[in-house]
Amino acid sequence: MALFCGIDIGASTAKLVLIDAEARVVAKALRRSGVDYAAATEANLAEALAAAGLTREQVRRVVSTGYGRDNVPWADGRMTEIACHGKGAFHHFRRAMTVIDIGAQDSKVIHLDDAGRRLAFKMNRKCAAGTGAFLEEIALRLDLPLSELNGLAERSTKEVTLGSFCTVFTATEILARIRAGERVEDIVKGAFRSVVKRLVEMDTVQETLVLTGGVVAHNPILVKLAGEAFGTTPLVPPDPQFIGAFGAALFAREQTL
Amino acid sequence: MAAPERKELESTQKMKAVMGKYFKELAAGPQAGTKTAWCTSVGPAELLRALGFNVYFPENHGAMLGATRTATDLIPAANARGFSPDICSYLTSDIGSYLMNQTPLQKMGMTGPPKADVLVFNTNQCRDVKDWFQFYAREWGVPCLGIHTPRAIGDLGDSIIADVAKQTEALVAPLEAVAGAKLDPARLSEVVALSKQCTDLWKAVLETAASMPSPITFFDGTIQMGPAVVLRGTQDAVDYYRVLLAELRQRAADGVAAVPGERFRIYWEGMPIWGKLRSLSEQFAALKTCVVASTYCNSWIFDALDPADPFASMARAYSSIFICRSDDVKEKYIGAMAAKFKVNGILYHDAKTCPNNSNSRYMMPQRLQAKLGIPYLIIHGDLNDLRLYSEEQARTNIEAFAEQLAGA
Repeated sequence: MALFCGIDIGASTAKLVLIDAEARVVAKALRRSGVDYAAATEANLAEALAAAGLTREQVRRVVSTGYGRDNVPWADGRMTEIACHGKGAFHHFRRAMTVIDIGAQDSKVIHLDDAGRRLAFKMNRKCAAGTGAFLEEIALRLDLPLSELNGLAERSTKEVTLGSFCTVFTATEILARIRAGERVEDIVKGAFRSVVKRLVEMDTVQETLVLTGGVVAHNPILVKLAGEAFGTTPLVPPDPQFIGAFGAALFAREQTL
Repeated sequence: MAAPERKELESTQKMKAVMGKYFKELAAGPQAGTKTAWCTSVGPAELLRALGFNVYFPENHGAMLGATRTATDLIPAANARGFSPDICSYLTSDIGSYLMNQTPLQKMGMTGPPKADVLVFNTNQCRDVKDWFQFYAREWGVPCLGIHTPRAIGDLGDSIIADVAKQTEALVAPLEAVAGAKLDPARLSEVVALSKQCTDLWKAVLETAASMPSPITFFDGTIQMGPAVVLRGTQDAVDYYRVLLAELRQRAADGVAAVPGERFRIYWEGMPIWGKLRSLSEQFAALKTCVVASTYCNSWIFDALDPADPFASMARAYSSIFICRSDDVKEKYIGAMAAKFKVNGILYHDAKTCPNNSNSRYMMPQRLQAKLGIPYLIIHGDLNDLRLYSEEQARTNIEAFAEQLAGA
């Protein structure tokens, strides 16, 4: 079986997806990007191949994406994460859409037409507000494991507004809310709303809204809050954290077949 | 991805010699008894030259501080003195350079920028130039004179021209007092004629980029424009651009590309990112994408100059520049440039400390995309303050834009 490999080395995690000639996902792997991107990718590939009982010789082409896209010595091609998230999302929902990918350190808004051609895109500006890094900072400030944020926010019963553009200033706002006796569940939900506000400021949404990325994968409450903010019901593809790697694998397949 | 091999322009060596001579003359001025006037880059340089001043342009020094990547170390010194990190980073890096006594001019054998006997600004660019010059006027106890040009000009009517011309004429008496000489009208006409020749040649140089492939990039232009900025009104500038134009026309005729394998052509709107010229130039070359034209390099084209009517024509020329015009005028201009240079996309540099030269903040990119059907990209950065530039964000944005142009 011929395989096509997509590698997405993000600021936080390295993802790998293997697909077959029919674009079906055959195997995938994920681990922290760490400081040695090539090693993380090697480990991901070995894990994915082993899990599916496949061999490296079956891999016809490799495309890398993400911040570390230049650090995969054996990649045959590379594409930006903007291209790959668009490609991956369009594969699942074939229509004109706005894709919002919320990553660890940046967010992207990608507009596609009904043939999947990119019309425009935007990345967040230099600040990490509106990204996973913001939520990590908030978890740290509240002394909570990152994995508990979504569950806490789901139990919120009151709106607590966090208004600042800036992650550091928001942390200061949180201290004020704690002093005012607000419950942690409500503060955490306020933090999720803050992420969505930063996205709303970035760009408008046309047609269908599709959400991708690791932050959405681990925090489904963001889908609900984004839906409220944009006035639509967002679609989320399977394995949203792997959509960049999946898109890269689709490019690898397309460039070969 | 490695950038393809490209052949450097042979004229550049001559330009370095011309610029070297200029700086040597500046340094020798005080000993030779020649007075020094500081002038904003689109200030009344012709008048100053006609009065016999050596003319020094601190914006050129600002660009040198940016291009040598020393600006980011110097700006904090000015910030600490009370100049906000949010204002013009030419100003803050130049004043930081003065406060720290560090300048690339020291590598050229100068002790630093020449001390001004008089500083002359034109607010056609921004208010910051006046604030910048007034700092030195206070430091040295020398006069600071200027022209207050209206901004956001739509119709450049006679009343504006008359006002600016009158303000320029009003500079003559105080400048004569500093110069210790009377203005010779014939000499002024002669200098304006040389400026006009320089500007015509510079325009022709930039227009060679309309050839496909282009023989010159925006990044080349930011270096080649040196004489048009600091030596307009001199024979040296005219002689240099004749040589450069001949080389570029030959390249165009021979099909020599500035970016070998040119696939896409981009228009650059906004300030250069001086400290990143090389890396950006290499990235675009690797993407086989040529930044063919820019508002910035074209800002030293002054079609209106007329030796028969120096004051009125200087007023018209310096009030016509893009930066002091309304968005309607700017949009027509960019539309015409996009057509002339056959561009596939427009890149807007939103320079954090230069709001007057950042045109992506009032929906212009969206309006022009709708009008021209050409996609755009906005890069957030700065002319000199690299604390405001994210290399990774810019790199990915540019790469993604090239992918988009390729239909990905």
